[in-house]
Amino acid sequence: MSDIARPDKGSVAINADECKGCGLCVISCALGVLRQSDSLNRFGYHPAVYAGHGCNGCGLCFYACPEPGAIAVYKRAAAPRATQPELVAA
Amino acid sequence: MSEFDILHQRAKCFYDSFERKAELQHQTHYCPGCGHGIAHKLIAQAIDELGIQDRTILVSPVGCSVFAYYYFDVGNVQVAHGRAPAVATAMKRALPHGVVLSYQGDGDLAAIGTAEILHAANRGEPITVFFLNNAIYGMTGGQMAPTTPLGEKTTTTPFGRNPWTEGYPLHVSEVLSSLEAPVYIERVALGNNKMIQQAAKAVRKAIANQVQGLGFSLVEILSPCPTIWKMEPADAQKWVREELTKVYPLGVFRDKTKEAQPRPAPVPAPSLDELPKIFSAKEGRPPALAPAAPCRRTVDLRVKVAGFGGQGVLMLGQVLAEAGLDAGLEVSWLPSYGPEMRSGTSHCHVRLSNHEIDSPLVSRPNVLMAMNEPSLRKFLPAVEPGGWIFYNGTSLPEGAMRTDVTFIVQPFIALADRIGDTRAGNMVMLGAMLEATGLLESEWVASALARLSKSERWLDLNRRAIEFGREVIHREVSI
Repeated sequence: MSDIARPDKGSVAINADECKGCGLCVISCALGVLRQSDSLNRFGYHPAVYAGHGCNGCGLCFYACPEPGAIAVYKRAAAPRATQPELVAA
Repeated sequence: MSEFDILHQRAKCFYDSFERKAELQHQTHYCPGCGHGIAHKLIAQAIDELGIQDRTILVSPVGCSVFAYYYFDVGNVQVAHGRAPAVATAMKRALPHGVVLSYQGDGDLAAIGTAEILHAANRGEPITVFFLNNAIYGMTGGQMAPTTPLGEKTTTTPFGRNPWTEGYPLHVSEVLSSLEAPVYIERVALGNNKMIQQAAKAVRKAIANQVQGLGFSLVEILSPCPTIWKMEPADAQKWVREELTKVYPLGVFRDKTKEAQPRPAPVPAPSLDELPKIFSAKEGRPPALAPAAPCRRTVDLRVKVAGFGGQGVLMLGQVLAEAGLDAGLEVSWLPSYGPEMRSGTSHCHVRLSNHEIDSPLVSRPNVLMAMNEPSLRKFLPAVEPGGWIFYNGTSLPEGAMRTDVTFIVQPFIALADRIGDTRAGNMVMLGAMLEATGLLESEWVASALARLSKSERWLDLNRRAIEFGREVIHREVSI
């Protein structure tokens, strides 16, 4: 779990409508910050969801995912920005 | 997320929406956990990184990935089953600057398309081939593929694949790496994160080789098929990792990337203007003679010319038909022959008429030109009463007789020897036929001969043969 002193290195965004619930991203994530939702998306799949914190931006889930646009992975900008601590704290 | 930079997202060379269906415009048609989607992403990412989207041509196969052209925003061609390497060869030669990617499954590449991939690899075509091996026929519902492991139960091997009846799993990468020409062949798998990262490298390298102008590159990708394997996606991935890689060991089978020299640019195809010279054709066409006396009488000539291949049967018919054209008649010429270039049976149907010809078939000839006995016997009964029969022989064979037709029997081919070449026997027969029936003017035939004879020498010989045939008729004795 992340703390305010050490903000997450990365983040992941999952488009629930493009996810087919195969779960390959969940097993690809070494940090265990992805899981499959209990609820269904509108196509009847249990889409993957991000826990909201803890991602290190390794990108492995992106490669494990068979859908072109279901997962996007973000990496914290190399140079720390002034606004960063406030955003994380918020 | 302003403090974050995008690290991975949908590749730019995918379309923004997939227009295959009205709904699901952002999803592929692949099953959950299918390896095709991952392979597509690896290829798309490599295309983006190499900056070649505007000159990439993807050849989609037949199989589950038949619809790859709905996803990749590049040049796309979808080809007949197994023929992707042949089409890719043509496109690469026609567009040397293009980056041609052939994407094929194991049913496509390793079964019906074995010849195409083998020879494309053996020629060292500078294309890139992605071979998705999931060891089964996916799209058609789970039949055995050449790549199916021994003992695996499929719909066509319900007791498991038995090597005595179904043979052994086909190791495509190993087979192709026994060839001299390929530059790069590697087998990778989509079995876990590490394997997928290695696959990404291999895919990128195989495309980069082509960008550098090097020769044939192929990446075999062991890929999960959860639906047909009847496994959860995670289990299918595990099966790739733990079972399929035992049958198909991963690794680089060929890598001449460092020492391979860029291939010389293909010799450009000749321009249209150069073609007559290449085929030693004469400049232009000899002008057709204007008919001196256009045909005013009623003509309904239905000719069957028959004989052995090599006797000039088809040529005889062509001269007749072309002469009809010069007479301003409607004509048709329909050849019919076996695969043999010599000594098979051969015949042609020729029709000349004042009226439109409804069918080029001549089933009721009024002229039969039989160059040998079997042809005479075969077509004799079909000749219309009152018709003409020209037979190449010294006498009519036993039993081949009719009283309601006119026979002209002469050893036309033997007679042609007197003017110097038995090969002109067909024209001797034509001359006799023209003289006997009197239907076509000499000028029309002369003009047709000038167009059809392959050289001056032949033109002279054919002219003399026809004249000789006309003389022969007057010496003819009716039987």
